[in-house]
Amino acid sequence: MAQLLSSPVAATHHPANTWLSRLVHSTFKNRSLAIGLLIITSLGIVALLAPWLAPHDPYLQNTANRMVPPIWHETGSWTHPLGTDRLGRDYLSRLIYGTRISLFIGLVVALISGLIGTTLGVLAGYFGGRVDAVVSYLLTTRLAMPVVLVALAMASLMGGSMLTVTLLLGLLLWDRFAVVARSATQQLRDAEYVQAAQALGCPLPYILLREVLPNIAGALIVVATLEVANAILLEATLSFLGMGVQPPSPSWGLMIAEGKAYMFFQPWVITIPGSALFVLVLAINLLGDGLRDLSAPGGRNE
Amino acid sequence: MNNLSSTERSTAPASPLLSVKQLRVDLPVAKGTLHAVRGIDFHVERGEMLCLVGESGCGKSMTSLALMGLLPRKAQVNADCLNFDGVDLLTVPERERSNLRGARMAMIFQEPMTALNPAYTLGNQLCEALRRHQQVSRKAAHDRALYLLKRVGISAAEERMRQYPHQLSGGLRQRVMIAMALMCEPDLIIADEPTTALDVTIQAQILHLLRDLQQEFGTAVIFITHDLGVVARIADRVAVMYAGEVIETASAQALFQAPSHPYTQGLLRCIPTPGKTLPGSRLQAIPGVVPNLVEKVDGCAFCNRCDQAAELCRTTPPLQTVADGHLSRCHFAHQLSNPAQLNAQEVTL
Amino acid sequence: MWAFVFKRTLIALSVALTISVLCFSLLQLSGDLALSIGGPEATAEQVEQIRIEYGLDRPVIEQFTTWIWGAVQLDFGRSYYYQSEVMDLVVERLPVTMTLGMLALAIALGVSIPLGVVAALKRGSWIDRAAMAIAVTGQAMPNFWFGLTLIILFAVKLQWFPAAGSDSWQGFVLPAIALGYYATPAMMRLTRSGMLEVLEADYIRTARAKGLRTGTVIFKHALRNAVIPVVALAAVELGFMLGGSVVIETVFSLRGLGQLAWNAISRNDYPVVQAIVLIIALFYIVLTLIADILNAVLDPRLRAR
Repeated sequence: MAQLLSSPVAATHHPANTWLSRLVHSTFKNRSLAIGLLIITSLGIVALLAPWLAPHDPYLQNTANRMVPPIWHETGSWTHPLGTDRLGRDYLSRLIYGTRISLFIGLVVALISGLIGTTLGVLAGYFGGRVDAVVSYLLTTRLAMPVVLVALAMASLMGGSMLTVTLLLGLLLWDRFAVVARSATQQLRDAEYVQAAQALGCPLPYILLREVLPNIAGALIVVATLEVANAILLEATLSFLGMGVQPPSPSWGLMIAEGKAYMFFQPWVITIPGSALFVLVLAINLLGDGLRDLSAPGGRNE
Repeated sequence: MNNLSSTERSTAPASPLLSVKQLRVDLPVAKGTLHAVRGIDFHVERGEMLCLVGESGCGKSMTSLALMGLLPRKAQVNADCLNFDGVDLLTVPERERSNLRGARMAMIFQEPMTALNPAYTLGNQLCEALRRHQQVSRKAAHDRALYLLKRVGISAAEERMRQYPHQLSGGLRQRVMIAMALMCEPDLIIADEPTTALDVTIQAQILHLLRDLQQEFGTAVIFITHDLGVVARIADRVAVMYAGEVIETASAQALFQAPSHPYTQGLLRCIPTPGKTLPGSRLQAIPGVVPNLVEKVDGCAFCNRCDQAAELCRTTPPLQTVADGHLSRCHFAHQLSNPAQLNAQEVTL
Repeated sequence: MWAFVFKRTLIALSVALTISVLCFSLLQLSGDLALSIGGPEATAEQVEQIRIEYGLDRPVIEQFTTWIWGAVQLDFGRSYYYQSEVMDLVVERLPVTMTLGMLALAIALGVSIPLGVVAALKRGSWIDRAAMAIAVTGQAMPNFWFGLTLIILFAVKLQWFPAAGSDSWQGFVLPAIALGYYATPAMMRLTRSGMLEVLEADYIRTARAKGLRTGTVIFKHALRNAVIPVVALAAVELGFMLGGSVVIETVFSLRGLGQLAWNAISRNDYPVVQAIVLIIALFYIVLTLIADILNAVLDPRLRAR
């Protein structure tokens, strides 16, 4: 987090279009960015085209066909390339549909928390003084709350579902956005073009939305990628503990929870969804690292 | 160890403390190799103050770091001769080199604000060099540090010993750096622009202090600066550097009286002289830019900025002896050293 | 210094108060507690009985002040499910979680600082790359899955450590690795970037110019300064680890605070949940306070302020 506080801010003084063109240009140079983008785009397509790509109905149970091992085992078959679960549902199809859940939750959570955190952070950074004190207080309070524990307790109260998990995480994960938006805005507050806009009597929303926000967007995008990854991991955790997405939804965390009883004899039941989670989160983190390198030109490796 | 070196001194009084021949420093950079120092020659006598003068980027800091052996590992150092009091610095193993460093050759840096470690007290940082190089007790090191702090003009030295660098002003910190350099009574101190970061009044004090201490301890000093005003005040001898080369060396007196390289002359004209420079008149500046040292420099490095350049200057000028101990790397050094011609020059300008 | 500590303590106390208000109001928002305690089969009279027994019939403000007054005296009421004092449960479970947290922190520090230092010293070498790879993969690994994988590998296949239980020290090894691995990447990156920055500093050049040995330069002059932010981060990470113990203790069936919390949550045992959330929050607050003080102790420049 400390790296986030310091590094990406320097990059933010570029107008959006050169930033974009640099993104396109350096995607070819920056390996982690390229790999991250490639994997995420592929998984995005998988999520969108799930009904066409999945070989079976992910909810269709077949008790005669339970715990079929994946193709690389001797008894595996191409009918179920990744095998079936304890209820005879096709693992590959569930995995494919699970992409939708992870990506949806990741993106929506980042959107909600980004909105909350950025608003608070920009206001704190721009006005300073009491506003800053209040936001800092909220931030300290939020950081002191153990996320997993609070989310678990709340989800159990409200009844676990995809909507609950999304809302809860959205309301909980805004801290990094606020920290970064605050420090970036503080640095911008004294920038000449912001002072010029103030001197010209531009209305406050105009200054914040047109002068400040575009210039801290770069730093916020880096935070957003990290939060998408964080939200996906937390959703899986909540679902694994039984308080997140509920059965029969094919959440990857839930698949691991359901496979836990069988993992000693058939480890693939947890290896497969776990690897999927790992690859997705890894890709997002690589993208985030790549973006951070972009936004810190010629900068250090951090 | 000190006794030993003093006997060495007496046996070979003629040889200079440090002699440098054809020193080259190459640094790999993004676009190729930066030839930061391109074959320089100079020597330092025992107990003398040699000023290395030049504008930023001329290779004077690189030279000093090469002498200390503090260049980044990727830098390449070559020379025909790099001899420090009988020790060949090019071939000496790193272990012995580090035994010299801080003990027999010390360095004072430009930025007093950042050159001291913020995490340790001044006493700690002063004593550690001495205790690294000599078998002395904690108490003896402490006393030595205390003595030197007093000697460099720091009041309440006992208290300062317990303080951290951030509690001192820049001028005081530079005094501490000087004391630190003197801890092991080195034979040579390299001072890299030690007064540049300081206020003008503090600058003068530090210069006086350095000059006094140098004479008192008989230490040789290589004083690196871009400021000819500073040179005039303290130097015994001067070496002027331009684009990675030493283009003129002379005693301070000779250099100011009869500069024999157009660059030196240009530098001297840049200094306003009270009584001579008319109020409101424009100060002289040398037109043009320093050559790019990543590319190969053909001929005289200064020729594209020199108002007296001739066809001959396309070839590399040899180091010419203008007078005893006065060398200049200019084809026309002999004509230039003639004051009559110089005056004529100024009239045409 | 003391003014600073006082101010921070004041903020810490008010944050703790806010969190207890939040905990309490979450509870109130959750619907009729008496109904959820009684369960679906309880009759109307039984529910009414529970309501009176737990004081749920009294006004909200009164319930809150009673609870908070108790909390200040470390009395968090009675558990609905375990039928014992919440504090007794917590005291019984706390040592396990603390052992786990400290062990995980020790592992994280023991791995991240040496690795970060070596990565910075050998920048661009294979060891640097390997360290960065560990950092990137560590951050992408869901810790419950990593825990399960450790169980499969080291408890089932190799049988080096037990898969569950906190009876012996061996039982703590795998969960501590699982928990510590999660905190390692951030600390390693911070050590590495800190070392890279410090190694460029002028005072390192000064130290080398004094002829100090490489070890002295690296450990006395560089590491000492690079490690300051890492120490602060470590304290904060320990706070996060205590929160993250819910997952790891559940995976490894450790009878710690986290497992207690999870059991309480799944049984609607809210006094226990409230107490644990508040206790972990307090730990976090105290740890960040310690981090700030440690920072000031380690960095003389901050001490003066």
